[in-house]
Amino acid sequence: MIWTNLRRHRVRTGIGAAGIALGVATMLSVVGLLGGAVKMFERILRTDAEMVVFEKNASDLFFSNVPVSLADELEKTPFVKEARPVLFAIVSAPDRPIVTCFGIESGDGRLRKGQWLRGNPKNFKDDARAVVLGERAADFVDIGPDGEVELGHERYPVAGVVRLENGFENGGVFMPLAACQEAFHKSGACSVVTVALAKGHDSKEVKSWMASRHPQLTALENEEFSRSYSQFQILKTTAWVVGGCAFLLGGLSVTNTMILSVFGRIKELAIARVCGFSRAQIAGMIFGESLLVSAIGTMVGWGLSGLGLQLLKAIPQMQGYIEPRIGWMEIAGAMALAAITALAGAMYPAWYAAKLNPAQALRFE
Amino acid sequence: MKSHVSIKDVWKSFDAGRIQVLKGVGLEVPAGDVVALCGTSGCGKSTLLNVISGLEEVDRGEVFLSGRDVVNESTRVDLLRHHIGYVFQFHHLMPDLTLAENCMVPVIAAGGSRAAALERLNELAEATGVAHRLKQRVRELSGGERQRGALVRSLMNDPELLLCDEPTGALDESNRERVFEILVDLVRRRGRTLIMATHDLELAKRCDRTIKMRDGRMEGEIL
Repeated sequence: MIWTNLRRHRVRTGIGAAGIALGVATMLSVVGLLGGAVKMFERILRTDAEMVVFEKNASDLFFSNVPVSLADELEKTPFVKEARPVLFAIVSAPDRPIVTCFGIESGDGRLRKGQWLRGNPKNFKDDARAVVLGERAADFVDIGPDGEVELGHERYPVAGVVRLENGFENGGVFMPLAACQEAFHKSGACSVVTVALAKGHDSKEVKSWMASRHPQLTALENEEFSRSYSQFQILKTTAWVVGGCAFLLGGLSVTNTMILSVFGRIKELAIARVCGFSRAQIAGMIFGESLLVSAIGTMVGWGLSGLGLQLLKAIPQMQGYIEPRIGWMEIAGAMALAAITALAGAMYPAWYAAKLNPAQALRFE
Repeated sequence: MKSHVSIKDVWKSFDAGRIQVLKGVGLEVPAGDVVALCGTSGCGKSTLLNVISGLEEVDRGEVFLSGRDVVNESTRVDLLRHHIGYVFQFHHLMPDLTLAENCMVPVIAAGGSRAAALERLNELAEATGVAHRLKQRVRELSGGERQRGALVRSLMNDPELLLCDEPTGALDESNRERVFEILVDLVRRRGRTLIMATHDLELAKRCDRTIKMRDGRMEGEIL
């Protein structure tokens, strides 16, 4: 009966489902894009490491101050295989107000993993000023005829251009750590220290060592960091709120569809009552129709978001920046929101239909 | 369960008591009777049928169907599902559904077996002459076919009591005669009770009893 009713009013059903589909597509796209961005940022921290050390209570890693000497201290302990300091900074370039800058040591693994398009890793030295550009950064930062680039108020020689999988890194500039500290007046400091554990050792050992020696710093496993880092939480929450709002707007179309559906067939509903439908059956039918419209919309929206994200990913300029991640959690969230929207949207129409007096409704012209 | 309609001193008004439609109506209908309610428009025939089926609540008085008080919602729903069939002046079928789909609505409401219902549908459609039209959409049927379809729908759950409100009122003469004959024949052959509101005295006289209503009251039986 529910399916038959929807089939009979295809345009109305289609409009209702389209509203939900757009809501679902928007929500999944926003959540997927931001989720992907978070994952990419996480990967910047995770290169060959299981843990990250940063300043306790720092609202953003850009404001975290960790002494570089900590990396040496950690490497002397038996439970750490390797500790690498990284300094995050933002620098401007001509016609480009924001360029992400990574201050790293020459032995840092991330440059070795890239595909070198110009120069080679040997040109990137700890005691020099030569920088390495990500492939995308090389597109928008002008390399002068002298082989130098202008970053902030300084000019730096370019040691090479490297293609990196991660969009943030590919659009950034890698500076030797010392040069980066000097440029940003952070002598002896870095933003984070990434920690690779020695074989057979546990992260708890690092945590307890850190708590006793450096109580102003915190050491977290990568997963733990992702869960607790406030910027990620803000991004994820924003994604769900923006997506949810889009979704609720779509949900209004379901309410509208269901109201029209009830008002447009008052006599039919009255006849159903005369044929023995109870008030609960009538209400159940309206809720069922709404849920079905919503389910159709969710499936279409899921498809649309997947298609849209794949198209975005295929755009050359976006490559590396978009790594959509629509996991089961996101899909379950969208389905739950769709169901709630459907039920909420059908509440008034269902109540109206259920309380209908069939005798009066049949007199209604 | 054999239907027996018992109505005692029923009063019903609309518009907060300003329009008094039934004024102390009483009626006893034994099971198996074919009863016609006659009277001019507005005399209360349709309201009385609605009161019997529980579609309208009474202001005062008692309505019993086979000893069951038609007062609460669950009784009303049960009666409409299993014990009462209703045919209106206008067929009130859903135009964009097929006739068969329309006839299955009471079966869906009652949660009956589909296979048994289809068997019954074919039997009733055969008896009413619409078997060849079951797969047609209602909008493609003639007026007489639609009304016969409505009759099939009302009988799908094999009710003991059939209430008909001007069932032939919107039909031309030949269809009126045919629908009435099918209706009475089906009811008599199955030993069911029929209460039919009609303007048509000729048809009314062919029923077992003809009761005249006037201004919300029973005026008496026409013998």
